[in-house]
Amino acid sequence: MNAVAEPVAAAISATKIQVRNLDFFYGAFHALKRVSLDIPEKRVTAFIGPSGCGKSTLLRTFNRMYGLYPEQRAAGEILLDGENILTSKADVSLLRAKVGMVFQKPTPFPMSIYDNVAFGVRLFEDLSRARMDERVEWALTKAALWKEAKDKLHQSGLSLSGGQQQRLCIARAVAVKPEVLLLDEPCSALDPISTAKVEELITELKDDYTVVIVTHNMQQAARVSDYTAYMYLGELIEYDVTDTLFIKPKKAATEDYITGRFG
Amino acid sequence: MMALSAVALAFGLFWLAWILGELLWEGAAALRPSLFFRMTPAPGSDGGLANAILGSILMAGAGTLIGTPVGILAGTYLAEYGQRGWLTPATRFINDVLLSAPSIVIGLFVYSVYVARVKHFSGWSGAFALAIIVVPVVVRTTDDMLKLVPNSLREAAVALGCPTWKMITMVSYRAAKAGIVTGILLAVARIAGETAPLLFTALNNQFWSADLNRPMANLPVVIFQFAMSPYDDWHRLAWGGAALITLFVLALNIAARSFFRRK
Amino acid sequence: MSAVLDNTGLATAEPSAVVAFTPRPPVLRNNALMDALFRHLTRFFAFAVFSLLAAILVSLVVGSLPSLRKFGLGFLTSASWDPVRQDFGALVPIYGTLLTSGIALAIAIPVSFGISVFLTELSPVWLRRPLGTAIEMLAAIPSIIYGMWGLFVFAPVFQEHVQPSLVHVLGSVPGLGILVSGPAMGIGMLSAGIILAIMVIPFITAVMRDVFELVPAMLKESAYGLGSTTWEVVWRVVLPYTKVGVIGGIMLGLGRALGETMAVTFVIGNAHDFSLSLFMPGNSIASALANEFTEAVGDVYTSALIELGLILFLITTIVLACSKLLLLRLSRGEGTRA
Repeated sequence: MNAVAEPVAAAISATKIQVRNLDFFYGAFHALKRVSLDIPEKRVTAFIGPSGCGKSTLLRTFNRMYGLYPEQRAAGEILLDGENILTSKADVSLLRAKVGMVFQKPTPFPMSIYDNVAFGVRLFEDLSRARMDERVEWALTKAALWKEAKDKLHQSGLSLSGGQQQRLCIARAVAVKPEVLLLDEPCSALDPISTAKVEELITELKDDYTVVIVTHNMQQAARVSDYTAYMYLGELIEYDVTDTLFIKPKKAATEDYITGRFG
Repeated sequence: MMALSAVALAFGLFWLAWILGELLWEGAAALRPSLFFRMTPAPGSDGGLANAILGSILMAGAGTLIGTPVGILAGTYLAEYGQRGWLTPATRFINDVLLSAPSIVIGLFVYSVYVARVKHFSGWSGAFALAIIVVPVVVRTTDDMLKLVPNSLREAAVALGCPTWKMITMVSYRAAKAGIVTGILLAVARIAGETAPLLFTALNNQFWSADLNRPMANLPVVIFQFAMSPYDDWHRLAWGGAALITLFVLALNIAARSFFRRK
Repeated sequence: MSAVLDNTGLATAEPSAVVAFTPRPPVLRNNALMDALFRHLTRFFAFAVFSLLAAILVSLVVGSLPSLRKFGLGFLTSASWDPVRQDFGALVPIYGTLLTSGIALAIAIPVSFGISVFLTELSPVWLRRPLGTAIEMLAAIPSIIYGMWGLFVFAPVFQEHVQPSLVHVLGSVPGLGILVSGPAMGIGMLSAGIILAIMVIPFITAVMRDVFELVPAMLKESAYGLGSTTWEVVWRVVLPYTKVGVIGGIMLGLGRALGETMAVTFVIGNAHDFSLSLFMPGNSIASALANEFTEAVGDVYTSALIELGLILFLITTIVLACSKLLLLRLSRGEGTRA
């Protein structure tokens, strides 16, 4: 399924990631079946679907996270700005610096808030103390955490609440200035208030980053995303502008899922 | 049932109380400042344990300094790199066997491999023997503690573009720090009281010597020699040394466990 | 690349000194090299640990060669030990090692069992941690302390009060009387076995406790719910579930007891004579080594002692390996057939 119809008010966005005939295997299990779609730049794209449909699997191919596990492999093409990341010879660390990820469970490193945010930056850039301070402040501000954290930058990241830890993880991901942000069910471990804060953040982040979010919460997808892909059992069933998908889905299967007939 | 196992418990505690009690009773008489400042005396005269204490500290210190890095690095391989292949399960198995192996055989090993070749006893060979005892303890705790570090933390580091070696040293080690340190402390407590491996490696030395290249006095061997002798003065010093070692070992154990629990 | 007509019009809030989205200068940090280096370094040390067992075995065999050549298999059955005539045999030390360990286990197994049942089933919760710590303290005390205490404190008491009673009770029993014959000196095989038992109790207790705690609470609760007593639950539910682990724990204690040096050396008496009486002094492999190695003169004498060490190493390695295998089987759930 290819690029989508434009919503009425917005202009067409360029494509950031093109997925072509992607197959994915966990050992012998065929988890993704010939998936093709285009992720538009500087928009929020959501992957929805019931458990086990392959949405997280698809997300994790974008930064080759599966490479950590020998029994997982991908076949097909994923073009990031035209370059196939599945076969690229370049250091995968550089890819991961370009494509950031935030996980389901907040995972602050056992170090200070400052060091958490600076961690990724220090891997690639040699910044002076002053410039690093600026970058940390900038990232924490972007993650709507600066006000709460600025007086305790040298306290452990683990001293924050769950919602704050997740925003710390977002700040950490943003600090390295990626071009794409992958969010894997970022709110599922958070309380409703923190969830609302993070959702607000997501709508702001799309000004600067291409955001892809996996969520099992349909209402959340409807709230924050511009485009939505519905997946089922490893296949992409429908991919469209969010409003269209939710109000007038083209496939019966999609409609069944959205109206809660199953899932 | 209750009665029988309570009896068993009382039986066990009884011995503990008796042993510790006697130790303190006899040892108290000998625990005077002169214990720390005077050398081991000739039979029939008074003195202290200064050279033995120094020797023990030097050899235990050297043994720990040699054994700890070996243990940590080997344990790191098992926990972080060892998901596939034969080396990891085999090494874990052998390591656990070594953990309980007779320490006198370790002394024989160092004797055959080193002492017999250089034809003299030395503090270094004593330190090597102690290092061999330290290694399995540290391997085990490092392996166990690193395995406890959640994979999500590793993925979070990798997702930022972090290379494997940095992920291990800057994230995994940090997360497991408390446990690894505890393991080292427990290893030190273990070698502090070891006699058998020093019997044919470091031997003993009547005089004050900080030279690890020559035979070195140490508390356990001195206690052994003095206790088996017929002289009352020597018996008294043996009790003093025994009390000293026991207090040190128990204090270290308690410190290690409460340190670990607090973290 | 970014041919986007962004209609939102929001400015990104950034300090002006930080430039947005320019291609990063490629910071070449030879990560691949460091990764390979680190991986190989850790693998090297893991391999070193792996080879240590074999290295010890090889060095012991090499050291025993003179003795192996001179005595052959007869070494295992000869009870002679004559440094003057250079005739040595392992029978007495091996017997001593096995006997003291046997006595130790005979005492330690029921006691450890009792203590671990208490800790897991009967003890009030607030008591568990301090009791557990007390047992761990017993395990932490170095063996030389046990030895000293055994010689100076235990042996005299044993000689004065316990040995006479044993003679009184068993002396006239046919067959058993020989076990308590000979002068009561406080030291000897039985004393060594008792001291060893005290040393080994904490280890077996610790394993048994860990293993008992693996039993799912549901299993025990259903048994209690059906009206079983604690004893019945332990005997019919906990033990069958954990029996592989319990045996593994016992073998671990055995492995430790066999190799223990200092706790035994002080009280075993260092005599190379064979005697059926438990009161008589004897020798274990470890205590023979501890007492005689540095004084041994001549290749054959030294090599005979090393061969003793080899025998001990082989026995303990086999016992410990079996223990580990059993404990691994339990953790994989195979020992759970009731």
